[in-house]
Amino acid sequence: QRRAIPFTLGVPRNYDPTLHPFEVPREYTRALNATKLERVFAKPFVASLDGHRDGISCITKHAKSLSTIISGACDGEVKVWNLPRQECLRTVQAHEGFVRGICSRFCGTSFFTVGDDKTIKQWNWEAPGYGVREEPINTILGKAVFTGIDHHQREGTFVTCGQTVDIWDEQRSSPIRSFSWGVDSFSCVRYNPVETELLASCASDRSVVLYDTRESAPLRKVIMQLRSNTLCWNPMEAYYFTCANEDYNLYTYDIRHLDVPVTVHMDHVSAVLDVDYSPTGREFVSASFDKTIRIFPKDKGHSREVYHTKRMQHVICVRWSADNKYVLSGSDEMNIRLWKANASEKLGLLSAREKAATHYNKKLIEKFQHHPQVRRIARHRHLPGDILKQKRELREMREAQRRKEQNVRKHSKPGSVPLLTEKEKHVVAVVE
Amino acid sequence: MAAVTPEVLTSTHVEKMKKKKLPKRYWEETEKTDQSQRRPEEEQGKAGQNQNKSTVKEKSLKRKNGESLEKKDPFPGEAPIPQKQLQKFQRGKKCKVPAGARERLKEAIAISEAMSEHAQKQAARYDLLLPEDAGFLEGDEDEDTNTISQADIADAVDITSGSKYFNLHLSQFGPYRLDYSRTGRNLLVGGKKGHVACIDWQTKDLKCEMNVMETVNDVNSLCTLRSASRWLHTEAMFAVAQKRWLYIYDSKGVELHCVKKFNDVLRMQFLPYHFLLATASATGFLQYLDVSIGKEVAAICTKMGRLDVMAQNPHNAVIHLGHPNGTVSLWSPNQKESLVKMLCHRGAVRSLAVDKTGTYMVTSGLDRKLKVYDIRAFKPLHSCFLPAGASCLSLSQRGLLSAATGEIVQVYQNVLGSNPVSKPYMAHRLRGQIWGLAYCPFEDVLGIGHGEGFTSMIVPGAGEPNFDALDTNPYRSHKQRQEWEVKALLEKVQPELIGLDPGQLSKVDQASFEQRHKEQIEALGFDPLAKDKFKPRTKKKGRSSAGAIEKRKRKVAHEDQRDEIRQSVQERTEREKELKEKSNEKKLGNKSTLDRFRK
Repeated sequence: QRRAIPFTLGVPRNYDPTLHPFEVPREYTRALNATKLERVFAKPFVASLDGHRDGISCITKHAKSLSTIISGACDGEVKVWNLPRQECLRTVQAHEGFVRGICSRFCGTSFFTVGDDKTIKQWNWEAPGYGVREEPINTILGKAVFTGIDHHQREGTFVTCGQTVDIWDEQRSSPIRSFSWGVDSFSCVRYNPVETELLASCASDRSVVLYDTRESAPLRKVIMQLRSNTLCWNPMEAYYFTCANEDYNLYTYDIRHLDVPVTVHMDHVSAVLDVDYSPTGREFVSASFDKTIRIFPKDKGHSREVYHTKRMQHVICVRWSADNKYVLSGSDEMNIRLWKANASEKLGLLSAREKAATHYNKKLIEKFQHHPQVRRIARHRHLPGDILKQKRELREMREAQRRKEQNVRKHSKPGSVPLLTEKEKHVVAVVE
Repeated sequence: MAAVTPEVLTSTHVEKMKKKKLPKRYWEETEKTDQSQRRPEEEQGKAGQNQNKSTVKEKSLKRKNGESLEKKDPFPGEAPIPQKQLQKFQRGKKCKVPAGARERLKEAIAISEAMSEHAQKQAARYDLLLPEDAGFLEGDEDEDTNTISQADIADAVDITSGSKYFNLHLSQFGPYRLDYSRTGRNLLVGGKKGHVACIDWQTKDLKCEMNVMETVNDVNSLCTLRSASRWLHTEAMFAVAQKRWLYIYDSKGVELHCVKKFNDVLRMQFLPYHFLLATASATGFLQYLDVSIGKEVAAICTKMGRLDVMAQNPHNAVIHLGHPNGTVSLWSPNQKESLVKMLCHRGAVRSLAVDKTGTYMVTSGLDRKLKVYDIRAFKPLHSCFLPAGASCLSLSQRGLLSAATGEIVQVYQNVLGSNPVSKPYMAHRLRGQIWGLAYCPFEDVLGIGHGEGFTSMIVPGAGEPNFDALDTNPYRSHKQRQEWEVKALLEKVQPELIGLDPGQLSKVDQASFEQRHKEQIEALGFDPLAKDKFKPRTKKKGRSSAGAIEKRKRKVAHEDQRDEIRQSVQERTEREKELKEKSNEKKLGNKSTLDRFRK
């Protein structure tokens, strides 16, 4: 605790610019210091939740409670966690085989799980009393394996995907409606958070399909060069969604113009497995097979942050917490990791002076962000050696491809090999 | 402090003029509401146009209703800020929105403009809250202020201010040079014959005194750094340029360092924001010592002979050196050559002073002239002839110039600017040659070092009346000093940033790509963007014979050149075609009757 300066020794100010020479160089020095301190304090890892006995396959946030999450593992086990105490509240052996998907009901009273044993189970959020066996409220037996599930925002319907996209009523044991477009299987399905009747799903025929639940047929689909694994809607601008692709990139699409993605987010060096938006809709986090998670601004082509540890293996699922402060990642080596969304942020209560100082530093960094010294320090991230190597390799491959294309263009009839931008390259077709 | 109470002064012929008018009070004027409303409108100018509209609307409403029963604010809207005050806090020009800018850019520019305007207004408003006011000496009718003696002033003012006029009779150790600390609390005097003393001059408390048993060329109180002992109010470190080497002592007179890399130093300047001590030596070297880490930052051989005239520009930390051939050169630690060399005098330059805004430089030379230069444009503004010539010059925080002419110190007012130098504002005669002149910061005091000791002289209106406690606080506590020290060291400006324009860093570097590329080639010694030569891949089955390789090389070689040639050929043919057509037209147009005889 600092002592306040006594009144007799007050701090009279005089803001006359001539009394404060070297305004810009001093401010620059401060900005440089702030940038360095930001990197010094960048300690994003908060905690690791261990207890699962197989790789984590899915994580879901509680619809109402900030501190609760559920995770499903590859051995069919589902665990409910308390984040502030970092402990497991409850363990359920929900399925035989993988737990493929979990979703929370909008009211926060129950949650659904789907698994490899072709069942959909509904569970109560409340743990059963002491000595009572864990039993699902409801179990639905399906015809084929389900790979994903999502619940409606306001009504008692939910959607699953597998060989078809099925819409279910909670009260009934058979789907209200099934969509399929060609023979394919689906890996992910998501309700739009704003236009609640709208659905998007990723199919194994390299397409992303949009549906309207009020209609009997799918709306349209966009076919890309490689398969998308998952997708996530932007919660604030819900006409955008971002899909995580096998070709190491993420693509943000505007549903009104599916022919060209709005942004291509490149930085991962292996297939991207999961993506989740922050509740502000400004950023999203992606998990990749290359053992890292990255945070992208929604309109930037490259990530602003990369998180990795020595022990973290292939990251399978990732979620952004509802208070916009934390990121959760579940990986192959049976751990759920809790990260800060802003790596250098100080946790806990801040005093007024601390708050003012952080705001001032933030503004300074923003003001001098284009100066080479500041930019160099702010941009630098440590990467594991093999990722760095793969990154270089990838760059070389891209360069070679570009060169090849240039040569082909040079030696063929003018106009026969058109110049394609990075955005246009990856879309094969849009089918209505 | 600097203010001298006017009540005491009224009894004598010495009077203090109040510059600032008292702020208007709403209860003083009840009848002249119209005038008071009009005035803010004029003063507001452009900034307050919207408010003007609102006042007009209110007036019209009043007229329609006839009488309004509601109480009205007599001064609606924000308090007006005088244009002059706003101007003081203007930083750079306003940003123009480029034509064809995108909506987002326009928005960003508008927001940042609004923010900076708000900051400017708030800063200007704060001027009203400043506690102190600057005053000036004003004589009676047909009385020159320069005839008023120091003793008279000291008698007329209050005791505290009066005690600021004093003499130290130190005739034994020869002429004295002096330096005030940045806060203005401590005074350092150094006699030619080795006497060095550090005094808290307001309490007349002697901090340390010693004789270094050697010639002292110059003294400089460095910033207060690293507390040597806890009970001292302010801990100072000071540098003394002795006969051979540069010594650094702490406030108790303990020798901390003897810097043998710095020899034969004649003059020193301390750059407080860079923590650099710049020294000029008899051997013609200008050296920079980083006092925070004790490293020599730069040593420049000026090749200009003995350097005994030195000043710093407090605005941009550039060092000014005066030379025997009448030139003044400007130096930064980043360049081996001088930034600027200007011929100022016909004879040698005797003394130099630069004002705190970095706009004006005052020089005096052996040709007995006093000249004022605008160092933004490097142009002389005016010059005047002093019969005795000025051996020492010093500029105060508020722009008073003091010049030592022989045994007399003259203080001039309004020298900086376009109007020429008139008669002195104050004068004071001393015994013995004057060796050092320095104004005390934040006080109306001029310190004079001369052959007979030291004299502290009262010069009303010399010092800045309001200090900024986060920058330099004369009354700071031990804790405040410690905190300031940490902050100052964290904010130490790197010597690489010293240049003529300190605001350069915030400007956009508009060098073209070609220019930057050229500079890069010069710096690196090779072209980093150059294409490497084509190396044919080795092929199997005998296709990599020397002849085949040569063939392949030839295929690829000059590919770009070929493109260029193709283009130029195309252009040439087009041009020729055009010329042909033109000439054809001409031929048809100028046909004369004699053309049929032509072959």
